[in-house]
Amino acid sequence: MLSNRLRAATRAWTVLVLVFIYAPLLLVVVNAFNSSKTFAFPPAGFTLQWWSAAWNSDGMWTSLGNSVVVGLAATAIALVLGTMVAFAIQRYRFFGRQTVNLLVVLPITLPGIVTGIALNATFTSALGVTLGMATVIVGHATFCIVIVFNNTQARLRRLGTSLEDASADLGASTWQTFRFVTLPMMRGSLVAGAILAFALSFDEIVVTTFTAGPAVQTLPIWIFGNLFRPNQAPVINVVAAALTLAAIVPVWLAQRFGGDPAGTRI
Amino acid sequence: MPSAPTQPPAPRMREKAALAFLLVPPLAWLIIAYLGSLAVLMVSAFWTTNSFTGAVVHKFTTANLVRVLTDDVFRAVTIRTVGVAAAVTILCAVLAVPLALFMAKFASPALRIVLVVAVTTPLWASYLVKAYAWRMLLSPEGPLSWATGYTPGYGLVATVLTLTYLWLPYMVIPVFAAFQRVPDALVDASSDLGASDLNTLRLIVAPMIFPGIAAGSIFTFSLSLGDYIAVTIVGGKTQMLGNVIYGQLVTANNQPMAAALSLIPLLAIVLYLLAMRRAGALENV
Repeated sequence: MLSNRLRAATRAWTVLVLVFIYAPLLLVVVNAFNSSKTFAFPPAGFTLQWWSAAWNSDGMWTSLGNSVVVGLAATAIALVLGTMVAFAIQRYRFFGRQTVNLLVVLPITLPGIVTGIALNATFTSALGVTLGMATVIVGHATFCIVIVFNNTQARLRRLGTSLEDASADLGASTWQTFRFVTLPMMRGSLVAGAILAFALSFDEIVVTTFTAGPAVQTLPIWIFGNLFRPNQAPVINVVAAALTLAAIVPVWLAQRFGGDPAGTRI
Repeated sequence: MPSAPTQPPAPRMREKAALAFLLVPPLAWLIIAYLGSLAVLMVSAFWTTNSFTGAVVHKFTTANLVRVLTDDVFRAVTIRTVGVAAAVTILCAVLAVPLALFMAKFASPALRIVLVVAVTTPLWASYLVKAYAWRMLLSPEGPLSWATGYTPGYGLVATVLTLTYLWLPYMVIPVFAAFQRVPDALVDASSDLGASDLNTLRLIVAPMIFPGIAAGSIFTFSLSLGDYIAVTIVGGKTQMLGNVIYGQLVTANNQPMAAALSLIPLLAIVLYLLAMRRAGALENV
């Protein structure tokens, strides 16, 4: 048994770390209702006027729309490709299996700026493609594959193959086994992977910066572009608060449909 | 690392076809879009630009690499960036270890779930918003200076604090998982045999959670190394590698130089991964 003193000390530490984690987020929400335009604390007064200003911001809606389109497209690509490679690795033995595994994981291990510059160099100086929505989607899908892959292959490994074997022994074709046995058992992990991939894409800024070009703005790019404009500060505060509160949605979704919410982001 | 649950039979023709069907599309994507791009990045580090038009000239030169290795400014920025990444990693570990210990060994099962959710939920909040929150918090008239009369202001300290805040959950989760794998019986046996808490933690628990810390450190180190957004928001005039690379690409319009510079974080991460693999961290990722 570890002593009660250690218990009390680590409990106090836990409380402090939780304050450290949540105080800044609370501040963001509070500041969205601050009638003053500066960061001066305590807030000068309560107002809802910035919320209506943000609601009427065209730039915000356009970039939000772009973010949703990019997120959905990248997630769709990642779902298909990530699931395929997870099946290959979990259900087959082949030469280079470990290498394929490493290749899939590499895009999130390397810093975003390396991925961003690499894609930028390829698109602009090697292929001569104009940067736009399509190039952003390619960039995002590349690092979303690993997210879907992680979720799906962990599930496949836990499932084992006995039910699939039983289905095959009873005469089902490969497709029937996949459609009626494997897929229903994997639904949770696919949903969790999709939520995660979308969230990652929705929040991504570095790879986006290097693949979007000047014409396309996603929501993070738009926020970053307005972050240092004192005039826009109240609107940014509102968008920041809304995004912070919206963080509860995927947690709830993952809990509702994906099963285990703990650490699914990693 | 995945391991197949059973020993699948030797591939027959049909299986080979199925495997090819499953592997070719994702591999084609990753090899063309990703490895291809990394190859272009490495090759383009040896290109140069036309000094008048700024257009990339496909002519082999080692000038960029030589400059990356010899330029004093680049060296100072590299050292600063690696230092920041190391400081962030250490701070994350210091914050995470007692927290993870409490979560895994002291908290009731119900409280444990609440704590796991509480620690991971901020990962879903926007990265930019969290960095921006620290800009508010540390501002000269902000809450911290109002409450304590002190703020480090925008600079290196603020950068380390903000990055620590951003990546902390990535450290907590693997360390927590490592603590959960420490059997209670082992801890009890150690204290029954008369070891103090400190000795139990140092001699029994520490070696077992080290791979967890190493696994977390891959995230905190790698994510800090490439970051330039948080530095821009809270770092004041502080420059990290990311800022310099961005500056070369966008402001100086020198894509080959940016490519040459981005080989530094690439190399640093590969070296770090190799070191961590020796430490046994990759089995838990």
